[in-house]
Amino acid sequence: MALLRFAVFRFLTMLATLVVVSVLVFVIINLPPGDYLSNQINELRATGQSNGIAKAEFLRQEYSLDQPLWKQYLIWAGFMPGPHGFAGLLQGEFGWSFEFDKPVADLVGGALWMTVLVNLAAVLFIYAVALPLGVLAAAKSKTWIDYTSAFIGYLGLATPNFLLALILFYYGNRYLNLPIGGLMDPQFEGEPMSFEKMKSVLIHLIIPTFVIGTSGAAAMMQRLRANLLDELGKPYVETARAKGMSEPRMLSKYPLRVAFNPFVADIGTLLPSLVSGSVLVSVVLGLQTIGPLLLSALKSQDLFLSAFVLMFVALLTLIGTLVSDLLLALLDPRIRFGGRER
Amino acid sequence: MTALLTVKNLVIGFEKAKPVVDDVSFSVAPGKTLALVGESGSGKTLSCRAALRILPPAAQLRGGQIEFFGRDSATPIDITSLSERKMRSIRGNRISMIFQEPMRSLSPLHRIGNQVSEALKLHHNFDAAQRKKLVLEQFDRVGFPNPERVYDSYPFELSGGMRQRAMIAMAMVGRPDLLIADEPTTALDVTTQAQVLGLIKDLQAETGMGVILVTHDLGVVANMADDVVVMNRGRVMESGPAPLILRDPHHPYTKDLMAAAPEIPATPADRPKEDERDYILEMRDVNKTYELKASSPWGAKSVVNAVRGVDFGVERGKTLAVVGESGSGKTTCARMALGAERADSGASILFRAEPGAEPVNLQDLNRAERLAFQRQAQMVFQDPYSTLNPRMRVKDALCEPLEIHGIGSASERIDRAVEILRWVGLNENMLTRYPHAFSGGQRQRLSIARALMLDPTFLVCDEPTSALDVSVQEQVLGLLEDIRDRLNLSYLFISHDLAVVARIADEVAVMRAGLVVEQGPPEQLFYNPQHPYTKALIAAQPEPDIARPINLKIVAQGAGAPSSWPDAFRFDGVNAPPLRETEPGHKVRYHA
Repeated sequence: MALLRFAVFRFLTMLATLVVVSVLVFVIINLPPGDYLSNQINELRATGQSNGIAKAEFLRQEYSLDQPLWKQYLIWAGFMPGPHGFAGLLQGEFGWSFEFDKPVADLVGGALWMTVLVNLAAVLFIYAVALPLGVLAAAKSKTWIDYTSAFIGYLGLATPNFLLALILFYYGNRYLNLPIGGLMDPQFEGEPMSFEKMKSVLIHLIIPTFVIGTSGAAAMMQRLRANLLDELGKPYVETARAKGMSEPRMLSKYPLRVAFNPFVADIGTLLPSLVSGSVLVSVVLGLQTIGPLLLSALKSQDLFLSAFVLMFVALLTLIGTLVSDLLLALLDPRIRFGGRER
Repeated sequence: MTALLTVKNLVIGFEKAKPVVDDVSFSVAPGKTLALVGESGSGKTLSCRAALRILPPAAQLRGGQIEFFGRDSATPIDITSLSERKMRSIRGNRISMIFQEPMRSLSPLHRIGNQVSEALKLHHNFDAAQRKKLVLEQFDRVGFPNPERVYDSYPFELSGGMRQRAMIAMAMVGRPDLLIADEPTTALDVTTQAQVLGLIKDLQAETGMGVILVTHDLGVVANMADDVVVMNRGRVMESGPAPLILRDPHHPYTKDLMAAAPEIPATPADRPKEDERDYILEMRDVNKTYELKASSPWGAKSVVNAVRGVDFGVERGKTLAVVGESGSGKTTCARMALGAERADSGASILFRAEPGAEPVNLQDLNRAERLAFQRQAQMVFQDPYSTLNPRMRVKDALCEPLEIHGIGSASERIDRAVEILRWVGLNENMLTRYPHAFSGGQRQRLSIARALMLDPTFLVCDEPTSALDVSVQEQVLGLLEDIRDRLNLSYLFISHDLAVVARIADEVAVMRAGLVVEQGPPEQLFYNPQHPYTKALIAAQPEPDIARPINLKIVAQGAGAPSSWPDAFRFDGVNAPPLRETEPGHKVRYHA
């Protein structure tokens, strides 16, 4: 019951945070002087193409870019009616991309799911690799197992992702016949989902997951190892030994449970760092995620596109922290009963 | 009678270094208690852990025999050569162990019931319902008023004494032949200690198990042990039956230990009566309440009365001791006496730097007054290991107060540091060392030296000896007395240990639940205690004297909640009776 109340409370604060973030995103994007349309109008004026100017002016009014900033924000967020009534984020209208001359929703539609898919795969990869290796390294600390895993881990941390990507593409294609670039074979693009398409996507995912996940996994493994080593020195571990528990059983029941907290708490920070960290990798690997879109939108000051992408990343982060907070409360009675009187 | 556990010529060492346990032998019989006594580093803990083979990974068992002859075994079992698998079937089953720190010896994330019943699950074929039944019975036996509730509690919901009871229940639930208790009561308040020791004794009488008790406290030994092994630096100094050793120690080390053990003296000393009292610090009508954050953003705030109606003074050149268990408000008093915490409005805390000088009220100091006061009043902390910055040389740590107050040139500061170091019994070539190069006692001397650097007139000592071994405690107390008399310092001395207080204090205030329940000079307080709580504190104090065992009845009467005290003293926790004078200078809180 207390947990449910906590979840509701946490969800409401998340919504409030999202509103604040949207203000920040909108303000920051508008900080550099000019916007995509006024830049274009100036350019058209300089080259004397007057019919283009009319269209740009029309778009300016259509999307209320001639209004003061605070009104622009309210219209964009959907708190206030624009020229076509309420049509903002709240109503599911994400605006128009001026650079690509398409609605933002059409532009990012597929890329969103691909982004979620790639990053989810990377997160799973990170946890799947870091958990056993971190536990092993801590249980066998200061042996060759520990040193070898640390060495490989540091290699993973130190190698630039894009370099790793290129190397893996070359050898993966040469010896394992793995595909190069993209997230599916070209013939499936735009096709409805089918078994064949899914298979193609999964095969294409192998290398990106590995590339994006390695450094995260290495860092996570070292953190888990350090946390677990700290816990292994605590008296309750000795109590468990004195009770007659076998080492593996003791390890998984007691210290791992406690060392798990930071592991879980990392979910929140992992998601955004993966999304923003994988921009370069996505460009190099030619992945159709929102990373490359964000890069070009920011470069050309494409207001609605970049705002939407940033909002999406913020949403991922907030959902990540929400999930990790709820998991922590489930896992740790000290957090759950934090406010309870003794 | 055959011995339960026999240890012969045990040698334990780390890596290639000299052995830390050298040629140690002892044995314990069923139903008997063996005490391993020694100071930290004496090897007593390693010796007893060797019996369970739970030594630190780097420690090696280099030689010796450990034989265990339990009730179920036909022949003695050789512990040293047992397979790891068989060893596990002995741990927690035939031999179980309880540890020093009940706060940290239970997993914070698992319910008490889960952790206790695990001992049964590992070694017996009971089903879940039987296990729970046995655990609840055991909880009842160790004195939990509501076993069902404890079963579903997490460790952080219980007090230290309750957690230690849970640990004991966990050790006892499998009905072991031998219980090893490693400093089981060191982390507990003295009244709780008395109750936990009484519990171990009762359980032993009931089950006939053997007990190995590891302790540094000869008072605990006198109350518990049948046999004693005194250890120092990994070797056995003296061993034999407890009455013999405690009455008539032969080895000089044992004699030193006995002499160092603080005790409440048996006859009152005469003390001349003061006519005109010259207080350096007076606390009048001092209350302190804290507001606790509510559990939900909508809930009401709860208020904790940390200190209520405190009214006492520290005389110049004398020591006022404040005694109480954790949570009694004594540390809050100390913090207010240093101006580190503001009392609730209406209180007056007056400080007179010179006799007859105009007092300053610590409640409202301006910047200049505060700076001047801070030069006059200094603090000696409890834990000498964490109060010295490990990255600062002794020189820098000592000179820092002078630098902050802008006193003297660099060379004058060093001269002062050298002088003070000599006062506290250290020498000047230690100036360039870092704190880790010093022992606990030396660090506490450093901490005292640092407090003296500004030439203060008033020192607050917050449990300055509770982290130290007895013999070192004795030296530090001697040093504190010595410099008090030499420099005419005044002390506010915070402690939970009546025996320490008996030695150093000129006036004692006993606190319980934020209230002073009894106050007076030590001779009146100790020989004619009036309040049940004071009586319980005195009764609970383990004395290294077989003839003076702990009287658990008196402890139980006074150590409970204020609502369980005898009629004349009882109150509901809110409306306390006033503090009345029973004889000159001796005040007790009771209903007239």
